Amino acid sequence: MMNKENLIEYIYSIADNSLILGQQLSELCGHGPNLETDIACTNMALDLLGQTRSYYQYVAQLVGANKTEDDIAYLRTERQYKNVLLVEQPSTHFGYVIGRQFLFDVFHLLLLEKLQFSKDETLAAIAKKGIKEVSYHKRFSSDWIKRLGDGTKVSHDKIQEAINHLWPYTEELFDVMPADKEAIECQIGVDAATLKESYVAAVSEIITEATLTLPETKWYQRGGKKGIHTEHMGYLLSDLQYMQRTYPNMKW
Amino acid sequence: MSEKEIKNLDEIFEQRIARDEKIEPKDWMPEKYRKTHIRQISQHAHSEIVGMLPEGNWITRAPSLRRKVALLAKVQDEAGHGLYLYSACETLGVSREELYDQLHSGKAKYSSIFNYPTITWADIGAIGWLVDGAAIINQVPLCSTSYGPYARAMIRVCKEESFHQRQGFEIMMTLAQGTPEQKEMAQDALNRWWWPSLMMLGPTDAESVHTAQSMKWKLKRKTNDELRQQFIDQTVPQAELIGLTIPDPELKWNEERKSYDFGPIDWDEFWQVVKGHGPCNKIRMEARVGAWEEGEWVRDAAMSYAEKQQNKKTKQAV
Ligand SMILES: [Fe+2]
Ligand SMILES: [Fe+2]
Ligand SMILES: [Fe+2]
Repeated sequence: MMNKENLIEYIYSIADNSLILGQQLSELCGHGPNLETDIACTNMALDLLGQTRSYYQYVAQLVGANKTEDDIAYLRTERQYKNVLLVEQPSTHFGYVIGRQFLFDVFHLLLLEKLQFSKDETLAAIAKKGIKEVSYHKRFSSDWIKRLGDGTKVSHDKIQEAINHLWPYTEELFDVMPADKEAIECQIGVDAATLKESYVAAVSEIITEATLTLPETKWYQRGGKKGIHTEHMGYLLSDLQYMQRTYPNMKW
Repeated sequence: MSEKEIKNLDEIFEQRIARDEKIEPKDWMPEKYRKTHIRQISQHAHSEIVGMLPEGNWITRAPSLRRKVALLAKVQDEAGHGLYLYSACETLGVSREELYDQLHSGKAKYSSIFNYPTITWADIGAIGWLVDGAAIINQVPLCSTSYGPYARAMIRVCKEESFHQRQGFEIMMTLAQGTPEQKEMAQDALNRWWWPSLMMLGPTDAESVHTAQSMKWKLKRKTNDELRQQFIDQTVPQAELIGLTIPDPELKWNEERKSYDFGPIDWDEFWQVVKGHGPCNKIRMEARVGAWEEGEWVRDAAMSYAEKQQNKKTKQAV
């Protein structure tokens, strides 16, 4: 059995990514480049928020004291959210939306493929259900990486610009935090560091096919896993938490 | 074709409609029928996608995860409705691009109700309950309209709209049974959305231009005033049930008519909004045009990529 605080921390490190990315995608609903893409992005948001709910319901159960999924989702301080910086990057244009999605989807699928064998039955079940959804997300974002990369000169430059911006945020995906260590030892969690090789290979394959390149950099951005977020995160949380903060302790 | 032959076709066509036969895209149809249908179906499609905006407003701020997911799914349904309706419209020989052009240039209309702002969470409840509710009353008769693709689209749409209506009512009920602040929020939303919802059922019969022809083609089966009365009679008891007050001091049950009498509608406000001067006409159009223009490079990329892939395939085949 794993220390409960650490287990909760470990779940945050996975679930908060789904929450924040789901929140970002949901903001785009109604503003997509065409109806079909709009519907597809909303589908991904729905999947991610659905996963978030399953994780948070589990956390609420672990915390006890009549906590609900909404307490977990809405009533933490910014420093208590443990999503990676990658998913909180702004939707500057559709290239950023797709780049962010793609760079996260590849990781997300690798993670869930391992997490489905977790000794924690609840996490294993959530992961198993998520695999189907995330495989679709990965296909969608990979297809768009290729369309934008090998589309027009304009789209090529735009998606390359987005990849250049986002790539330095990917390294954090593989950081192993103190809570993760115990989760790994108990065979509840996944050792993210072991996913890196497959990740780089899978990303490179699509990027190359899309006639794009991964930027060469030695400098990476990290902090989300410690709860040290970018400036954009505060605005994101202001929207997310607005109702719960303004009208505390009410049922909706 | 001679005039006589056309007249003949016209007669056969009207007889088919009178016999309740469906008209399909490949069938001959009078030009006026085609134009009227393009106008009505596209106006309906535009309403679906412009309607995504006021509600989309609240997705990021929804008060609970359950509500967020439900709202997101609802707004996505509206996108789906837009998609079916644009497709139905395309069967009449007009492209989606042309239809968007008409919307973006202000030539085509959409439902005026979406030119009102959603300023509190309760507005999301009020829209589902009242706006989707009024939409259903407008649309259920269209499930048996004469043009096949439109009728079939409406059957799917109506099923989802009634789900939206129940969901909206449930949001209102939760608020009405909540804290005093929540109840006040619900009442305020009802106050603001009631009259625009009544106007949504269209101008009063005396001023409605299209009704006679539309009745014949089953694009309309009841007059605007009849639909409005039906909406009021259906909605008033629902408001009572959850303890909210309809903002109409003249509202009164009429035992003789077995219907509610209601106060005068401010048609000046209606025409002001229809003519483009409502509180949100400008920002709604800016949002639509903005999304379309910002998406252009994306659509271009997809097209160019598809062409390249096609060329590769043909080369391989050779
Ligand atoms: Fe509708
Ligand atoms: Fe709809
Ligand atoms: Fe609806």
